[in-house]
Amino acid sequence: MTILKGAAEFMRPDQVWSFMQHSHADHQINVSKQVILYVEALNLSFDGFKALNNLNLYVNDGELRCLIGANGAGKTTLMDVITGKTECDSGSVYFGQTLNLLERDEAQIAQLGIGRKFQKPTVFAAQSVFDNLELSLKTNKGVMATLFSKLSSEQNDRIYQVLETIGLTQQCLMLAGALSHGQKQWLEIGMLLVSDPRLLLIDEPVAGMTAQETERTAQLLTSLAGERTVIVVEHDMEFVRSIARTVTVLHQGSVLAEGSMDEIQNNQAVIDVYLGESQ
Amino acid sequence: MSKLTEYFSNRFAVQSSVLPFVVLLFVVTIACVMGNLVFDPSSIFYVSTYTITLLGKYLCYAMLALAVDIIWGYCGILSLGHGAFFALGGYAMGMYLMRQIGDRGVYGNPELPDFMVFLDWQQLPWYWQGMDQFWFAMIMVALVPGLLAFVFGWLAFRSRVTGVYLSIITQAMTYALLLAFFRNEMGFGGNNGLTDFKDILGFSLQADSTRIALLVVTAVTLAAVLIISQLILSSRLGKVIIAIRDSEARTRFLGYRTDHFKVCLFVYSAVIAAIAGALYVPQVGIINPGEFSPLNSIEIVVWVAIGGRGTLIGAIIGALLVNYAKTRFTAIMPEVWLFALGGLFVLVTLFLPKGLTGLVSQLKQKLRLNNTYKAETQSR
Repeated sequence: MTILKGAAEFMRPDQVWSFMQHSHADHQINVSKQVILYVEALNLSFDGFKALNNLNLYVNDGELRCLIGANGAGKTTLMDVITGKTECDSGSVYFGQTLNLLERDEAQIAQLGIGRKFQKPTVFAAQSVFDNLELSLKTNKGVMATLFSKLSSEQNDRIYQVLETIGLTQQCLMLAGALSHGQKQWLEIGMLLVSDPRLLLIDEPVAGMTAQETERTAQLLTSLAGERTVIVVEHDMEFVRSIARTVTVLHQGSVLAEGSMDEIQNNQAVIDVYLGESQ
Repeated sequence: MSKLTEYFSNRFAVQSSVLPFVVLLFVVTIACVMGNLVFDPSSIFYVSTYTITLLGKYLCYAMLALAVDIIWGYCGILSLGHGAFFALGGYAMGMYLMRQIGDRGVYGNPELPDFMVFLDWQQLPWYWQGMDQFWFAMIMVALVPGLLAFVFGWLAFRSRVTGVYLSIITQAMTYALLLAFFRNEMGFGGNNGLTDFKDILGFSLQADSTRIALLVVTAVTLAAVLIISQLILSSRLGKVIIAIRDSEARTRFLGYRTDHFKVCLFVYSAVIAAIAGALYVPQVGIINPGEFSPLNSIEIVVWVAIGGRGTLIGAIIGALLVNYAKTRFTAIMPEVWLFALGGLFVLVTLFLPKGLTGLVSQLKQKLRLNNTYKAETQSR
């Protein structure tokens, strides 16, 4: 009987089956409250170890936010949950007001406009810098669509524009594997840029960079904020000070403090657990 | 803008190695056909029918190697069970050929193949229905292995099974099929498989002309598959496939559903293997469960490794060379062959990680460097 009822419900003429609905219809990011990312009461434990412990985080649209914290504070785990790599035990993660990220997988989340840079630079070593960027373009990423896709002149221009931004125009035809470490970091940032994301999650962008490269990265990230929202995880306090307006300190899987760099540095709790160690 | 033209000419340069190969393949095929048809057996240009069939068999193996190279070399999926798709395609063709025997079998039963009469079966099992139609059998050649690959790939890639684990399951799959096809109750001739074929589409399989036609069809199919694969792999889809090989997580975070891509490529590769199997069976005249043997599947991987994976031509050359060596070796000293094959695999992995094609391009590069060096010293 229930099957029959279910079937009748399923065949109701006044609806569109959810699997036939155009998947882009509900991809509008609602930021009417100026907040682009809502992370609420997030919990995750690995074999009893609480990697995330009732974590709450709100990121405003267009903000440049730095996440700091000791090793094991849950920074990378938080990024894993946001990008769909890891499932959390409880809590909610919303992109804008309507898009629930926890019910989407990595590819869908990426298509919503959340780009992620890994801790270790991850580029496609066997392909040219140009191809790396072409693969990252914001296009239809289905199997058939990629088979018959051609590079339009706008897309080509976009790639060259990004090549210019990341300073790799000369290396455009080089294999990505042959780039230096710093250049790979830049290429990976470029791969994010070319896909036009709304939210960028950047894990340790300046690890292994020279002082000059670090400075250029800082400039680039600050120039991105406003138009896009950027969340940076970084250990280099000098770098954080140079870019951050708001800093969030994570400790043992939850937020310990939030505020400007000066406030954070004078916060007694933070001094005790984090900054205190280095002094 | 010059960068862009350079880029596209680079891309074309990759493709250009396919066309000379296709031309060479056709020249050799036509030369062999002419050698068989025009020249007298006493002439030195005469090519025996045995050689023609042998060449056809090699080309089937080459197509199989191509199938494995597409998923292993380009997508990093090491399948140790591709022999299963080859054998399934072969069985589908074998069933058609079996039905063509009609009442010319030992028992003279117009409906049932000999082994069914022997087992005292009264009627044709349902899955043998329709196999007397060539078109239906050809659809089954692609459909059955394709469907198996789809279900297998869907389950494996969705659960994100990769690396050694995936290789082991593919191996288990072909072994399970081996055991299943050994059983008489399966209705595929058990241990003996399907054999004693008489004709295909009304042409006698023993006739020289049929054998020549089969060689030509195999060569044309191989060329077509090679060109289509090259086109696919040089499109953006090919780039995504290589990206998945090098960093699947990164590809996923760029917004590609990597499991869909892997399933599609796996099915494509399985269908190529199945077509190779279907062309193989009428040329060798038998298909039995031995083709499902895990050893066969591993051998294919060795061909690809020796020829050079990640280069379509390399896989084909590897398959041709190793099989030629096998024919020679097993005639001279059969007991040494497996040792030679094993030794060859070890040597190639140690000293030629990119296979023979890698060696050739390395030598070419060395030559070019030498030349530029010479030119520079001369100009001073």
